[in-house]
Amino acid sequence: MKNKNITKIENWLDERFDLSPIRNLISHKKVPVHGHSIWYYMGGISLFLFMIQVFTGLLLLMYYIPGEDNAYESVQFIITKVDFGWLIRNLHSWAANLMVFFVFLHMFSVFFTNAFRKPRELTWVTGFVLLLLSMGFGFSGYLLPWNELAFFATKIGTDIVGVVPYFGDSLKIILRGGEDVTGATLSRFFGIHVAILPAIFTTLLAIHLIFVQRQGMSEPEEFEKLSEKEKKYIPFFPNFVLQDALLWIIVLIILLGLTVFFPWELGLKADALASAPIGIKPEWFFMFMFETLKLLPAHILFLEGELVGIFGFAVVGIIWMFIPFIKLSKKKELNSKIIRWVGLFSLIYIIVFTIIGYL
Amino acid sequence: MGTNRRKFLNSLLSIGSLGALSAIIYPIISYLIPPKIAEVKVNSLKVGPVAEFKNNSSKIVKFGRTPVILIRTVDGNFKALEATCTHLDCLVQYKNDTQQILCACHNGIYDLQGRNVSGPPPKPLNEYVVSTIDGEIRITSQDERS
Repeated sequence: MKNKNITKIENWLDERFDLSPIRNLISHKKVPVHGHSIWYYMGGISLFLFMIQVFTGLLLLMYYIPGEDNAYESVQFIITKVDFGWLIRNLHSWAANLMVFFVFLHMFSVFFTNAFRKPRELTWVTGFVLLLLSMGFGFSGYLLPWNELAFFATKIGTDIVGVVPYFGDSLKIILRGGEDVTGATLSRFFGIHVAILPAIFTTLLAIHLIFVQRQGMSEPEEFEKLSEKEKKYIPFFPNFVLQDALLWIIVLIILLGLTVFFPWELGLKADALASAPIGIKPEWFFMFMFETLKLLPAHILFLEGELVGIFGFAVVGIIWMFIPFIKLSKKKELNSKIIRWVGLFSLIYIIVFTIIGYL
Repeated sequence: MGTNRRKFLNSLLSIGSLGALSAIIYPIISYLIPPKIAEVKVNSLKVGPVAEFKNNSSKIVKFGRTPVILIRTVDGNFKALEATCTHLDCLVQYKNDTQQILCACHNGIYDLQGRNVSGPPPKPLNEYVVSTIDGEIRITSQDERS
């Protein structure tokens, strides 16, 4: 029973923009039901958290002032003086962390259910770039309150860029807006965080989502082998969408709980003449890399330890991005087995080194 | 004849596009590299009277643009070292319990001579010369002395 007016508007639009593709999608898209169906929701949750980020980010922009003399004070103003300012700022920080967490979860679930294989190679590549961009959002946003922890985390993070041969130093100077981390760096990071990254991210996200809609839900190999009769599906609309919505509400409640009971500390204002505080640490999703750099010796053969570490991560990252295209063996099964072990090793490495970092 | 002309036009067009592209990219990259700001070259820096510094304590001061850590050791001697860790750019601190210099970022440890003792730092810290003139401490860069 559609409202008459809605039908009118729909017809009006249809005469001008041909809505049949959307109608087809809504009526035909279906979601397989099997033991691993739960992982289908991770991408949606990440998307939901991204929307929260955009919304709270826009609200923070109303009061935040970039610059060495104002940034810290303006964040302090937001959380102490502005009505519900603490809520918006904490939502932004918490949702950022949850978003990165769910993007990781989404990626590894796609990986272990083998959903990146043909024809979804490009969905994987765009997804991985979106993960990197999310981490870029985290890194650039971390500095914006201009507190001590962020100041040193940014010093370390940008100094790492400097080890790249030939371009390293210029790249570092471009990123920092000078030789050191100063107010110029803050201006650049602000621009990157609120304009450059959102523009690139939104475009890529749109492409990623179009791929997902065009290709439909990936079916795991065991599910594909079932006879047509044994395959169970639910319609995407309204069943899956409603389940998605329910999950989003649950995530929102968890998010609000975290926000209210575990607010983010602002810490001390950054001071270019203060020693790095003991217990300095990056955001948790950089922890495994941070911990690796900490444990590497100063020199490995004739190279500096950090250079080896950073190149190691860069190489692994590139391989990971192109994993759907990698054929190590002509036998399809052996190939996916090897890739699976590599993935398992990476996951365990990330978890173990993150935990060591916090011990 | 026709294909040759097409080839020629295509290569002309490609060269033209490349030229246009570099004419766009070059100014952008140049714009992103911040201009060098002239800095006053500092050769020596007065830090304050000796009495201001307790034994077994430290202070970070700015020597031109370089942060320098001035340490007064347990036996009352002064030592000045560049405060930027040679690993990844953090500022070091003096640990008065172990009388060592620590970089808290990745647990790099230097001794009081600035030598990298343990952890990831690949190089020792640069040393500065400390002298006392009329009861006031003065830090001088090493090349100034030589």
